[in-house]
Amino acid sequence: MKIELKNLTKKFPNRNKKIKTDVVAVNDFSFEVPDGELVALLGPSGCGKSTILNMICGLETPTSGQIFFGDDDVTDVPAENRGVGMVFQSYALYPHLTVRENIIFPLQNFKGDAKLSKEEMNRRALEVAKLVQIEEYMDRRPKEMSGGQQQRVAIARALVKMPKVLLLDEPLSNLDARLRLQTREEIRRIQRETGITTIFVTHDQEEAMSISDKIAVMEKGVLQQEGKPQDVYDDPVNLFVAKFLGTPAINVFTGKIRDEWLFIGDDRICRVEGANNRPVYVGIRPEGFVLSDEGALHCKLDAVEVMGRDTSVVSEHPALTGAKTIRSIIPSESKVDTSKDEVRFDIKPFKMDLFDINDEKRLIFRGEDIK
Amino acid sequence: MKKKKSNAIWYLLPALIFLGVFMVYPLFDVAVYSVEEGYNSASQTYNGIGIYNFRYVLRDPYFLQALKNTLILVLITVPLSTGLALLISLGLNSITKLKDLFHTIYFLPYVTNTLAVGLVFMILFKKTPYSEGFVNLIINMFGGQSVDFIEGPYWAKMLVMSIYTIWIVLPFKVLILTSSLASVNPDYYKAAKVDGTSGFRIFTKITLPMISPMIFYLIITGFIGAFKAYSDVVAIFGTNLNAAGMNTIVGYIYDMLYGDSGGYPSYASAAALILFVIVLTITVINLIVRKKNESYS
Repeated sequence: MKIELKNLTKKFPNRNKKIKTDVVAVNDFSFEVPDGELVALLGPSGCGKSTILNMICGLETPTSGQIFFGDDDVTDVPAENRGVGMVFQSYALYPHLTVRENIIFPLQNFKGDAKLSKEEMNRRALEVAKLVQIEEYMDRRPKEMSGGQQQRVAIARALVKMPKVLLLDEPLSNLDARLRLQTREEIRRIQRETGITTIFVTHDQEEAMSISDKIAVMEKGVLQQEGKPQDVYDDPVNLFVAKFLGTPAINVFTGKIRDEWLFIGDDRICRVEGANNRPVYVGIRPEGFVLSDEGALHCKLDAVEVMGRDTSVVSEHPALTGAKTIRSIIPSESKVDTSKDEVRFDIKPFKMDLFDINDEKRLIFRGEDIK
Repeated sequence: MKKKKSNAIWYLLPALIFLGVFMVYPLFDVAVYSVEEGYNSASQTYNGIGIYNFRYVLRDPYFLQALKNTLILVLITVPLSTGLALLISLGLNSITKLKDLFHTIYFLPYVTNTLAVGLVFMILFKKTPYSEGFVNLIINMFGGQSVDFIEGPYWAKMLVMSIYTIWIVLPFKVLILTSSLASVNPDYYKAAKVDGTSGFRIFTKITLPMISPMIFYLIITGFIGAFKAYSDVVAIFGTNLNAAGMNTIVGYIYDMLYGDSGGYPSYASAAALILFVIVLTITVINLIVRKKNESYS
């Protein structure tokens, strides 16, 4: 089922009662989740993404705006009637109940005609347990299970009532790195198998990019950009999105355009046709650097980190902002001469973005030749 | 390792000395006294060793009365006060406005002096030549007959005693239960809400199991506390408890030691040991029940 959020706004009264102005957690947020897709709400902590999730499931009421499930306006529908399954960051598994009892719990709430027989409940619990592959642990209690298994139980409990929408709040943040990798694939698989429209919230861009059909990047309650992960990565609308996506992070330099030429410090990088003279921010992805003896960008070499698959070159440039060192990733075949103090790079034009120095929006004129 | 061990004893020593002198030795002494037959406190002599003291105490009508009073008090006040405390805590937990104010109000009896509360209860219940007592005024208002709650029928005295005891123990229980209710992860309630769980089911299936360790704790300490009731009874019925027919086991022990009919440490010790056995039995039963019901620890 398609989910549509229209101009959602959520304000909370300020915790400091002396300040009368409200805190705007979510500001005029409009977004569409296509039927059967896995969508990530991505943003730093405190950006309002969990608030959006809570509004979708009905735990919070929006200050203004509307929420549609398919064609139905569910803005004022109470949580229990929305038919959503929610997985909490803490999993919220009832510690005194076994896995089976936990999974059956939502089914036992059904009233009237919807009531299920014991056999039917057990059958459905087992079915969903098989889907998340925990059927052999049905009689354990949550604390006798690992974090990853608990996570699956939580997903099973959310899925057992066959919700139209599945919501996951930071589903992987409590897992260690290896489990995280495994579990995110698991979430993807479960979502594919059930075809259920799924929204998950995360602050980890890698997690969001790796498994989502679509991502929405948020900052301070405002939607910055939405789209396919690769598109957002390649074409960020502003410096925030560019910085937020990608590890290692994008390298940002202060530069300027003079006579249709882009300069980073004193280094003349490339021609920018049709651009007027102005200062700019230059963002270069780590993979946008090409090692070259004649390269345009002159950097002071700090260290070379061999990572097997490729090589990370750590260097410095006076025009770099926001970080101390430039992080560049080059293929392991290209050899860096570590005896020299200087390393020179050419820049791949499509891995470089220019941003306005004031509003940090991306400027659309691509560099062409690289000298 | 060795050095650490020898250091530890120095840290433990002060507590060990105090516990030894004021807890272990008296306990041991009580056991010794209780089997010394015909002990004379003036000459510090006794005739022999045996169980006569226990037989005497268990046949003493004053002790049996005290035992009955204590048991009734325990059976009435422990379940009632725990149940009431749970209701009040649930209420306190659900209100948002003036929460702190109500918390303070419900905690006030805890910091109020026992005797001061006793005085208030006197005003409420005591019949004097000048006043019928506040409760009697209300009873009269509805056309009922005055009851002498302090010197009247047994049930009336027991009623006052029960209300008084509940009043005294309630704040501590409310305090414990409100804090344990507040410590339940709110995500459980959110998850239950998203799943459309009814309020009753949330209470029985989530809230109660989550705070059950604290409830068990309150029941056990409640039993122990109620079995040790003494000062509360004195606050209302004065020191001549046997005459009032309202003595408790601890009161009986005290009377045997220091009361007008006192001077019998052997009988007192025997009664104390009987009390100890009762409390121990009930605590063990409680722990067994708890173990059986305990679905998680």
